[in-house]
Amino acid sequence: MSAGRTRLAVFLVGGLLVSLVLAGVVSNLASGSPDGLDSATLDGCTTNSDGEITGGNCPAREAGDHELADSPFADYGIKGIDNEFVATGLSGVAGVLITFAIGGGLFWLVRRRPTGTTRSGTDKTEG
Amino acid sequence: MHTDVVAMHISNGIIGIPVSAIAGVFAAVALAFCVARARADLDDRLAPMAGLVAAFLFAVQMLNFPILPGVSGHLLGGALAAILVGPWVGGLCVALVLTVQALLFADGGLTALGLNVVNMGIVGAFVAYGIVVLLLRVLPKNASGLVTAAWITSVVSVVAASQAFVLEYALGGTTDLSLVGIAGTMAGFHLLIGVGEAFITAITVGTVAKVRPDLVYVLRGRRQPLLLVTAATERAA
Repeated sequence: MSAGRTRLAVFLVGGLLVSLVLAGVVSNLASGSPDGLDSATLDGCTTNSDGEITGGNCPAREAGDHELADSPFADYGIKGIDNEFVATGLSGVAGVLITFAIGGGLFWLVRRRPTGTTRSGTDKTEG
Repeated sequence: MHTDVVAMHISNGIIGIPVSAIAGVFAAVALAFCVARARADLDDRLAPMAGLVAAFLFAVQMLNFPILPGVSGHLLGGALAAILVGPWVGGLCVALVLTVQALLFADGGLTALGLNVVNMGIVGAFVAYGIVVLLLRVLPKNASGLVTAAWITSVVSVVAASQAFVLEYALGGTTDLSLVGIAGTMAGFHLLIGVGEAFITAITVGTVAKVRPDLVYVLRGRRQPLLLVTAATERAA
């Protein structure tokens, strides 16, 4: 492995570690209030403690449930783990690793090969 | 009762199906175009870097920060991605994060995925790129110039993304409420969110520029002139 590649690997591992700490630990300090979009689209409606609309008129009045609301990582938790700190942290760690794996993999597949070696290796792109 | 933020993006049913579907088609075409253009940028270094940017965006999007009593905000990421990996790859990074969130974390309705990709991925990243390129031309070519550019770019791109939602609501909102009111509320909230986004983007971009300036997309082609200037100055000295 060349020195440049080693330095890049060090940078990538460092960046991933920072991401894992942010998603796995710091995420538990995040504000629990609805974000700007949610707040704006709920403006005019009344909601209960679960955030469900109970009356009034607002842009989100007709909003529906998520199609995958029962999925294992739904709402940045983990099904079956009630401890919020653990559930949020683990789902965050999973999200970072999954995103890096899919993103890194896809970008690697479509990347530009040095000219001359494009045809000699495996297929250019798959899927 | 849950206190966690559980949804951060457009949910199902706020924008009607026809406009959501049009946004979906528009997003798909735009992303296909991004893939075609991204190939020219993606080399052995940028490909893993882009994966890292996507993972980092996922992490930081979880960090809702308070902007007003009872209202929070989180990074949208278009500016950060466009500055670090360029608009084509950056738009793809944001779209990937939104897709992972919609499919695995039940955040952002599946029927609204196109809307979310258009607002945060396409509008967010491309408005950001246009602004940052202009700013870098006029601002001092040093660290504070870059950080200032990142700052302004973040605020403008976040507000632009929020107004893209207002446009979608105007075209296909399932409720009939004052557009001016929604535009104002969205702009106001997202101006504040943009300031938070600006801090995160400026710190991140500033750090990467210090450690690995060669990995900052918008600084490409700048090292050469800088080196020449340094060499010329040394010779003159």
